[in-house]
Amino acid sequence: MANTQQLENITTQVRRDILRMVHKVNSGHPGGSLGCAEFFVTLYNEIMDRKEGFDMDGIGEDLFFLSNGHISPVYYSVLARVGYFPVEELNTFRLINSGLQGHPTTHEGLPGIRIASGSLGQGMSVALGAAQAKKLNGCKHLIYSLHGDGELQEGQNWEAIMYAAGKKVDNIISTIDLNGQQIDGSTDTVLPMGDIKLKFEAFGWTVIDIEEGNNIEAILKGMAKAKAETGKGKPVCVLLNTVMGNGVDFMMHTHAWHGKAPNDEQLAIGLAQNPETLGDY
Amino acid sequence: MMGIAAGLTIGGKIPFTGTFANFSTGRVYDQIRQSIAYSDKNVKICASHAGLTLGEDGATHQILEDIGLMKMLPGMTVINPCDYNQTKAATIAIAEHVGPVYLRFGRPSVPIFTPDNQKFEIGKAIHFTEGSDVTIVATGHLVREALEASKALYEKGITAEVINIHTIKPLDAKAIIDSVSKTKCIVTAEEHNHLGGLGESVARVLSQHQPTPQEFVATNDTFGESGTPAQLMEKYGLNSASIVKACERVIKRK
Repeated sequence: MANTQQLENITTQVRRDILRMVHKVNSGHPGGSLGCAEFFVTLYNEIMDRKEGFDMDGIGEDLFFLSNGHISPVYYSVLARVGYFPVEELNTFRLINSGLQGHPTTHEGLPGIRIASGSLGQGMSVALGAAQAKKLNGCKHLIYSLHGDGELQEGQNWEAIMYAAGKKVDNIISTIDLNGQQIDGSTDTVLPMGDIKLKFEAFGWTVIDIEEGNNIEAILKGMAKAKAETGKGKPVCVLLNTVMGNGVDFMMHTHAWHGKAPNDEQLAIGLAQNPETLGDY
Repeated sequence: MMGIAAGLTIGGKIPFTGTFANFSTGRVYDQIRQSIAYSDKNVKICASHAGLTLGEDGATHQILEDIGLMKMLPGMTVINPCDYNQTKAATIAIAEHVGPVYLRFGRPSVPIFTPDNQKFEIGKAIHFTEGSDVTIVATGHLVREALEASKALYEKGITAEVINIHTIKPLDAKAIIDSVSKTKCIVTAEEHNHLGGLGESVARVLSQHQPTPQEFVATNDTFGESGTPAQLMEKYGLNSASIVKACERVIKRK
């Protein structure tokens, strides 16, 4: 088990990876990636029970599905940092002939990825299928998934949310990144979704709040609570309150960095706020 | 349904989905594209109620574009069997095939004319009749119509080679090229729009390898409507009489 300081150090390095990846190709999505850095680091290092190496079926281990595929920079960084592929490959993000496509895909055979995502709203359905496959296989491990709050505006989610409760898929923990921002502005400006917690509860889910979604201790505590709620006949939702762009002051609390890369000067400022810990790739 | 099917493959399951062809393709194209085809998932999309023979429900439910939608997806196998026995054999064959498959069939009970317990080879055309004057390549419900047409043509002194293409993708190009090398003309017949269907796939192969006069028995860029299957197939020119006429036209173009 890593201690909180070690997880903080990994997170700082992941933030550097995100900034450098996106800056190099002048494209990609830093805002949501930074907001979920603590969650990814904690999930892959502490929460999930993972096997060594990678195989598609993932029997005998917990699996993760990223539905909001545009936050691929944080996903790739954490997958590399926990050993799915060499960190040097982060250098190839969004470049031709790379396994690190703009949005995650299985098509190029990148270890750690089990489904393509990018077209929003599909990940929960896939995660539910994988959860049901685990039940059919008698595998006691869990399925984790992550979804953007803006992504909940896609109708397919609500079919999946209904299905999960109706079919008693209680081996899934779906986390919603509640950062209140989406590509064109705040979620409340673009399309207010009302009380997401009440909506999930009304659909028959158990909902766990993590008020401080950028606090590793809070994530550990909240996810442990969520895990304790699995196996009780109801799917489990975690509402993770995060700050978009977290850890880079000028990127925080705005949708402006949803899909925009920093320039040279902005990169330097961002990196200075996040000193190297594990070593740059 | 498509997303959950994709997820079920992660864990080694082989999901078979089932609903109307319209709702198996057009409604869920993005889900199939990203979560199944692009993600290389071993899902078998089994689609009933394809084409005009759905009948009375009308155009909202009669998809005539599904073969095109599915064949354009990289890695997707597209199969349109012609009767119960062939559908059954295809269902077993696709379970053994690794990769996404679109299996398309119709709503009405149709006469069974292919053998019980037949071997089904994905991508392998079946020759029903030998002929030297015209090749008829047919799929799905039009196979039986093609056989009827060949009988009518025989009465007129025309021998037709009827080839059943049950697998539209991958297409048995060799069987088609070999046949037109002999007959020098071809009619394609399908319960689908002429845009994007079997006929277009055949035309692509022939234009590249053996340019050959071709006539299309297919719908002409139109939606369907309510009616009995027989009425609709007649109105939209998808029966043996239409195939006979198409053969006569194409023979004149040799």
